[in-house]
Amino acid sequence: MEESLAITWRRIPERYRLLGTRCITCNGNYFPPRKICPKCRRKGKIENVQFTGKGKIYSFTTIFAPPSGFELEAPYVFAIVELDEGVRVTAQLVDCREEDVKIGSIVRMVFRRIAEDSDEGLLHYGFKFALVR
Amino acid sequence: MTRFGEDWSRGFRDLILEAGVRALEDCGLSGSEIEALYCGTMASGALVGQEHAGALIADFMGLTPIPSTRLEAACASGGVALRQAYVTVASGVHDIVVVGGVEKMTDVPTAEASYALGGAGDQEWELFMGATFPGLYALMARRHMLDYGTTQEQMAAVAVKNHANAAKNKYAQFQNEITIETVMKSKSVASPLKVFDCSPITDGAAVVVLAPLEKAKKICEQPIEIVASEQASDSIALHDRESLTKIKATEIAAKKAFERAKLAPKDIHVAEVHDCFTIAEIMAIEDLGFVKKGMGGKATEDGLTRIGGQVAINTSGGLKGCGHPVGATGVKQAVEITWQLRGKAEGRQVKGAEIGLAHNVGGSGATAVVSIFRKVW
Ligand SMILES: [Zn+2]
Repeated sequence: MEESLAITWRRIPERYRLLGTRCITCNGNYFPPRKICPKCRRKGKIENVQFTGKGKIYSFTTIFAPPSGFELEAPYVFAIVELDEGVRVTAQLVDCREEDVKIGSIVRMVFRRIAEDSDEGLLHYGFKFALVR
Repeated sequence: MTRFGEDWSRGFRDLILEAGVRALEDCGLSGSEIEALYCGTMASGALVGQEHAGALIADFMGLTPIPSTRLEAACASGGVALRQAYVTVASGVHDIVVVGGVEKMTDVPTAEASYALGGAGDQEWELFMGATFPGLYALMARRHMLDYGTTQEQMAAVAVKNHANAAKNKYAQFQNEITIETVMKSKSVASPLKVFDCSPITDGAAVVVLAPLEKAKKICEQPIEIVASEQASDSIALHDRESLTKIKATEIAAKKAFERAKLAPKDIHVAEVHDCFTIAEIMAIEDLGFVKKGMGGKATEDGLTRIGGQVAINTSGGLKGCGHPVGATGVKQAVEITWQLRGKAEGRQVKGAEIGLAHNVGGSGATAVVSIFRKVW
């Protein structure tokens, strides 16, 4: 399924450099950005925060049956990463095999091509993670 | 309900119509008594190009002009529709209400069906990154294995049990028994989950009729009371959950349902739980309180959840064996519990079953519905 240009454009700060938000009332970090702190609601005060992209593996799998658009990538290692700031994100792991990965492995964000819509279509970029060896 | 399976001969409206006619025949209603209709369907737009399913179903069932509403909560659409009908009857707004669930999934190629189902997760922050539903449940399975020592063989035992139950259910998609080896040797979909850890793509529909208890007793010889139906929500994305090894929405809905029913997990004789993947049944029996957290795999391996065990889980074959037409599943669970409590579950009957439970989950756990049923004649 092709993603519209407007969606891609709207998501650039988050997808390209992990720009999230923080609630200064409760110190909660959020990614993707939230406009309302789910803990403090109206008492919350939200500001932008740039995450460092450092984190560790919270859980992982290898996807052998990919969704459309990811056929050329499969099989790929896929994970939930817990960033040092405490938030968790879902992303692919690059340049590794499942045997190399453990829950707790240290990773850092890398900027990569995520998917392409078609031969002539948009190229979508965003974050993936790589093991820090 | 209809037979579940790959049914190229019938379309969306044929399926729900067949299930509807059977349900009305079962309770001897002509149709003119019906005051409202709720129908759960997850992705009729993506799967058959049809939205506005509420009106369509009322139209083809010959039930216009009653209010007819479609509800969507991913794989919990059926359970949410059932609960909405329950709330409507309990509130006194309507008396006789029909609840349907339907999904026609095999009119599109598997890749398109998978894409449509992906919408149950976070499109922008899970699916865009290359997630699949087996992938998300695999992330839960991996964590459950690490935290509690759950094994792939224990997960396989869920599939083996549910296929054995399905083989005794003429409405089930799969009529064959399998072994642990069948599961272990099947192709990997998203490690550690293999093909036989996953529920299939299915066409099917199910319908039940609700009425206030006193009225139901007049209409029907074997009425089943819904003693509680509770629902909870959680973050749409798996990565935002407090834990990957439980479905918190299930825990909350179950706790409320048991409180309302003044019952405890040990009182349940038979339960239909949401086993979209084998690990999901292991987590479900833990989150519902049938076994201690972390013991779901071992309990399954030890046979505690078989028919004749401590509590019979997924006698219909569950989503794994009976099939998973997503919008229909939550209503099918109510149908199976009704048959069990009426003593009409044939070769898979749980002896003396008087209290049953249905547990329906949407997505990776962002919605859960738990309903408790009791025999009242
Ligand atoms: Zn806050």
